[in-house]
Amino acid sequence: MLRIRNLETAYGNLRVLRRLSMHVAPGEIVTIIGANGAGKTTLLNTLSGLLSARSGEVEFNRKNIFNMPAEKIVLMGCSLVPEGRQVFATMSVHENLLLGGYVLHKRKEQQMIDEELQKVYALFPILKERGNQLAGTLSGGEQQMVAIGRALMARPNMIMMDEPSMGLAPLIVKEIFQIILRLREAGKTVLLVEQNAKAALAIADRGYVLETGRIISQGPAEDLLSNRDVQRAYLGRDLDSENP
Amino acid sequence: MTLELLFQYLVAGITYGIIYAIVAIGFNIIYNTTGIINFAQGEFVMLGGMTAVTLNTFMPVPLAIVAAVLITMIIGALIEIIFIRWLDNPTVLRMIIITIGLSILIREVALHVWDEKVRALPYFSGTATSSISIKGVYISPQVLWVIGICTLIVIILNFFFSHTLLGRQMRACSSNRKAARLCGISVQNMVTLSFVLSAGIGALAGCIVSPITYIQYDSGTGLAIKGFTVAILGGLGNSMAAVAAGLILGVLESFSIWILPTAYKDAISISILLLILFVRPGGLFGSREALSLKEF
Repeated sequence: MLRIRNLETAYGNLRVLRRLSMHVAPGEIVTIIGANGAGKTTLLNTLSGLLSARSGEVEFNRKNIFNMPAEKIVLMGCSLVPEGRQVFATMSVHENLLLGGYVLHKRKEQQMIDEELQKVYALFPILKERGNQLAGTLSGGEQQMVAIGRALMARPNMIMMDEPSMGLAPLIVKEIFQIILRLREAGKTVLLVEQNAKAALAIADRGYVLETGRIISQGPAEDLLSNRDVQRAYLGRDLDSENP
Repeated sequence: MTLELLFQYLVAGITYGIIYAIVAIGFNIIYNTTGIINFAQGEFVMLGGMTAVTLNTFMPVPLAIVAAVLITMIIGALIEIIFIRWLDNPTVLRMIIITIGLSILIREVALHVWDEKVRALPYFSGTATSSISIKGVYISPQVLWVIGICTLIVIILNFFFSHTLLGRQMRACSSNRKAARLCGISVQNMVTLSFVLSAGIGALAGCIVSPITYIQYDSGTGLAIKGFTVAILGGLGNSMAAVAAGLILGVLESFSIWILPTAYKDAISISILLLILFVRPGGLFGSREALSLKEF
């Protein structure tokens, strides 16, 4: 579904992504874990077209999307739930979702908008109650739901999520991760970027470990969970004190 | 002061107030899509009026107005495409300086194209001296035209921004540019559209008020200051509040003649602007809630 080869992105002279290669197969949940500043958000912003890359290849559904603008990429069926939610704070929840469905207008599928809206409301019943409230006044968890719902309105094949658990209470995080599993059941492919490595690997099929812009480790999620280096660096396990 | 005179002042105040409101709405439209204040807004009003007067020499008034509005819209689009579109992530300050520069440029060009003479379109119905008398208060038919057309503009715009897809897209751009792009909205086109729309509305306002106020190449600046005051007074971005604020300012100005010399009329609006900026930067009707969700 998504294939990346030797992708490089830089801010001025600072190379953030270095010859990064990875792939995501249809129906998978793939997670990218890594510390702050590893380049996770930069990677998603590059893939979604918000940032332009310096070099490399990016293919989505066998079509070249390298350095395509964000407006076009979302049209092809690849949506991003951005870091920090980025809801339209001064607009109502309902309007936020309708704007997510704007892509359907562009694809001449207007008749699907209502159906998608009902699907999103079924997935997040709380949003239906809050329909007329300004999105900016919602709690963090609810805003995250608006952001996910808005991305889903575009009927994407693949949904990319940037730190959906950031700043949320543990219970809400659990709920959000349950939703991600349900998205996969509904046939979506998910690319999940997380600092909460344990939770992300628990629901993912495969994972990549990103460090200073490079992929240093990859494999099935269970393998990464039991990998000693990953455990030490990202899962907060103190191995030395366990095996003296 | 008699009751009749009181009403006479009130009508004059309402007329000017609604003109200020229309200019303020022009500010609001661009603010709502881009988050910037277009200080060349008053120039759109002047351009619309002046173009209509010139065109009126060889075509009837209604046609001249339509043509003038269309021409100003094109100028608005060109301004955006030439001066604003190519800027990468411009800062608010930079945009303000650019629009102030543009307003000076347009004014100087207007001085060369026309001259410093004061002009006006003929009255839409009747003449300058005809009036309708309501219980001893004399109202020029042009005043009714101004009030009617401006009210219509406000209603249509309000519907456009809150109920149409295009209007929502424009608001989305102002709320969060990045998210708008992620929704597939072409932010650049929305910004161009906002310039076209506010240029058109400004030009229309210029046409309908010119028989009353007269216009010349530098009329835009004064109107822009009043319009800006009203936009701030009502709460930036809120068109309905701009109408209320416009009426407040217009009536205040009108009654100020009662106690202060006419020359102080403009001082009133500037004082109100300063006062509001110090005391209630969100505007009279701006909700604190919405203000806290905005950048500025």
